[in-house]
Amino acid sequence: MNAAVSAPVRLPDPRSTPDAAAAPATPLTAKDFATDQEVRWCPGCGDYAILKTIQQLMPQLGVPRERLVFVSGIGCAARFPYYMDTYGMHTIHGRAPAFATGVKLANPELDVWLVTGDGDGLSIGGNHLLHLLRRNVDVQVLLFNNEAYGLTKGQYSPTSREGTRTPSTPEGSVDHPVSPLAFALGAGARFIGRGIDTVRPRLAEVVRRAHAHRGASFIEIFQNCPVYNDGAFAAFTARERAPVAQIEVSHGEPLRFGRNAEMGLRLDPRRLRLEVVEPGRDGMTDEDVCIHDETNRVLAQLLVAMESPDLPVATGVVYCDPAPEFVDAVVAQREGVREARGGIADLDALLRSGHTWRV
Amino acid sequence: MAAAQELLKTGRSGEREVLSDVVVRFAGDSGDGMQLTGLQFTDATALHGNDLSTFPDFPAEIRAPAGTLFGVSAFQINFGSDEITTPGDELDVLVAMNPAALRTNLSDLHPGGLLIVDTGAFGAKNLRKAGYERNPLENGEVSAHRRIEVDIPRHVQDAVEGFGLTHKQAVRCKNMWVLGLLMWIYGREREPTLDGLATKFARLPAIRDANIAALNAGHAFGETAELPAETGPYDVPPRTDTQPGLYRNVNGTEAMAFGLLAAGQLAELPITFASYPITPASNLLHALAARKEFGVTTFQAEDEMAAVCAAIGAAWAGGLGVTSSSGPGIALKTEAITYAATVELPLIVINTQRAGPSTGMPTKAEQSDLYQAVFGRAADVPLPVLAAASPAECFGVAVEAARIATRYMTPVIVLSDAYLANASEPWRIPDLADHEPFPPAFRVDPDGFHPYVRDPGTLARPWVRPGTPGLEHRVGGIEKDYDSGNISYDPENHQRMTDVRTAKIDGIAAGIPEQALEAGEAGSRLAVVGWGSTWGAIHQAVRRVRADGLDVAHVHVRNLWPLPRNLGALLRSFGSVLVPELNKGQFLRLLRSEFLIDAAGVSKVAGRPFRVGELEAEIRNHLEGRS
Repeated sequence: MNAAVSAPVRLPDPRSTPDAAAAPATPLTAKDFATDQEVRWCPGCGDYAILKTIQQLMPQLGVPRERLVFVSGIGCAARFPYYMDTYGMHTIHGRAPAFATGVKLANPELDVWLVTGDGDGLSIGGNHLLHLLRRNVDVQVLLFNNEAYGLTKGQYSPTSREGTRTPSTPEGSVDHPVSPLAFALGAGARFIGRGIDTVRPRLAEVVRRAHAHRGASFIEIFQNCPVYNDGAFAAFTARERAPVAQIEVSHGEPLRFGRNAEMGLRLDPRRLRLEVVEPGRDGMTDEDVCIHDETNRVLAQLLVAMESPDLPVATGVVYCDPAPEFVDAVVAQREGVREARGGIADLDALLRSGHTWRV
Repeated sequence: MAAAQELLKTGRSGEREVLSDVVVRFAGDSGDGMQLTGLQFTDATALHGNDLSTFPDFPAEIRAPAGTLFGVSAFQINFGSDEITTPGDELDVLVAMNPAALRTNLSDLHPGGLLIVDTGAFGAKNLRKAGYERNPLENGEVSAHRRIEVDIPRHVQDAVEGFGLTHKQAVRCKNMWVLGLLMWIYGREREPTLDGLATKFARLPAIRDANIAALNAGHAFGETAELPAETGPYDVPPRTDTQPGLYRNVNGTEAMAFGLLAAGQLAELPITFASYPITPASNLLHALAARKEFGVTTFQAEDEMAAVCAAIGAAWAGGLGVTSSSGPGIALKTEAITYAATVELPLIVINTQRAGPSTGMPTKAEQSDLYQAVFGRAADVPLPVLAAASPAECFGVAVEAARIATRYMTPVIVLSDAYLANASEPWRIPDLADHEPFPPAFRVDPDGFHPYVRDPGTLARPWVRPGTPGLEHRVGGIEKDYDSGNISYDPENHQRMTDVRTAKIDGIAAGIPEQALEAGEAGSRLAVVGWGSTWGAIHQAVRRVRADGLDVAHVHVRNLWPLPRNLGALLRSFGSVLVPELNKGQFLRLLRSEFLIDAAGVSKVAGRPFRVGELEAEIRNHLEGRS
């Protein structure tokens, strides 16, 4: 990540106490975030790399362990909280965003993370995810996208590409997939990012940024399922293809990629779409390459729509433009009413207000 | 006076005739303001010192087309000098603001009852909309009743002339004119009502003055017009055997909201109330949203599932999580309720039952979600179920639900219904200090902790506030090991966990009162056994047959699960058991299967409460059949 790019500073949190924010006496390590539970994902699953990335990142965030909460729904990804030695809630299919919202409403000081998958988050739980994002609840959402239902043995998912052959679609799926990031943008998300399970430092950086963002942050993580959908993302994640089939976006930096960054993305102004150009060829110069502006929602829409093989797949922080957070607003409204009505409420007085009579 | 010429018959007594109790129904178009009129008359009647019971009956449509039969909105009040526990069976007075209101309500007015009709609304168009080929006021259809037939809009227009109102605005005051007339007939104090109108319309001086003028004009009409014989004025003296104290009027929704606020204070927990709009439960959300000064957080979720899940999330975070809905919405919440049961978190689930199935009749009352509450879940998930017996009782039930939920770490289901939610009665205002606080002991000690280590007395697991150092732990829907709380698929462990979850709920019976009798004693010839909102009608019906010397007891069950520990023995002591309920016999089957008793049922699913008379007849029939 370019040093010139300053991460948005987390807004001063009026609810956190100096004590709670203080660093522990002995610095924590990744091991402190591992539980004694045997990890039960299949050998070679991308979830292992994501778990390790998060466990290693946690000590760097400076949040006391007891304030960290991992909430999940159902599916392979949703087992995540069992392996994190923090507070955790493995809930029911699709509803993790609603549980997380309730947790934040009751205790805004908790640092809430939500782990979901493509089926959990975008099929059965699509509605809840939509509303968590539009309300802008201060939760980090990690969506592990493997384009398959793993725990139910390999059916196609809402992100599976057309024609995907699975036990439930033996002749190939016929429905059109949803793009998680396009969905999130459409829902009004103010932070969207993307990472790849095995590209760990880069993923960690996106997660760190998501954590720093106050409000709902949404990260799609391409996660390989070696059992039911092996190589689903190989077209742009395979070692030899990655430099030319991916673009790592950074705020304020030119949108360049390629083995020697020889290619760039240019906005075709007549067709209003991104195209790949090579500065120095076909009359193109460095000036033709777009600069990434993570506060630009229109650019974000263009970037998330890029698909392999015609265009490189974008990773990194695609969009970050903070807006007022939901629970802050709820608390401010509640406390405002409380103050306007004279502080601590008296139930006995309330019951005796209005028409009363004595017998 | 011109008004007098509209009357069929003249003659009036100078003194007020004394009556012990009266049933009045205001009926009109949804837009005629009948609910408001009824509520105002209720307040005035409560202040007069009568006991009372009210029953609003309105259509599901918000603004049904004017003049139609399905757009009729009605408000019934029964008030008297003695104990009143139902809105009354037959009407003594029917106010019909249009032909549709007359047609849909006339059969409930007893012969000789007083019919007050707005003749101004009996034009050809309205008659046609109500399906009348000829004017029923002219063809003898109403001749059995005493009548006051008045062109109310004309009187109202005279009264509000000079206030600068449009014709439409002026005519809208006609409900206040009717209120004024009723207040004169029954000798109600006008001042508090006029003060209330002045406050309500403080920012609309012309509307305020017009409403006040209309009310006064209606009152003056009663005072000066020559009313028909035997149409008043009357005196219904205050009830004298009322327990001393400070009283207010309360409906079930208000009482439930007050009860939840009290529960939050007694448990010393902030309330997170998460709900999705549904008739007839939404008013509870509105009531609590207006009370943020109590630290209540209300959350209108995106759907029923999200509402219950947010409430569970709040409970897990250490708050008092509450969700509320009606039958169809509770069905959607069911999976999450089973989750709360297996992770053993406190949760209050309030079901304001309505007539079903599916959309059914959203504004009408039924008790048909008893099976759903007691049994209606995937897997073996017994949960405590409580039912309020009267509007005011919703207060205590809400408090008790919170006490059980936090003490036993379990979801608690509270059954109310569309009748209880909207019906009102006088309520002796409790003092919060009279209730025992029940703050939960949050676990803070890491020594020997795991999330499912149990209190040996209650079998409840510890409640931990996230944020507590050293107690980081995970909960989930997967089966837990009894001894460590970790995931377990061990067969014997699942048996043990299912058994202990059941034993925990069964054990609640030790912490609730034994079943008492409302009337009669153990061993009576017959017990009428009810639950929920049928209390008032059963109470009166049993009272009547007991006054005739029949040996009949009344048992009313508030704890539907687990059942009170002495209930089986008590029921077996009676010669026979009769179970009236507003469903097809759900509690009846529950009692038969639990206690192997040969109980009989009385079923009604008409969207309306039982009438006292019909229950009385059922009791007499039952006794005759058994003799």
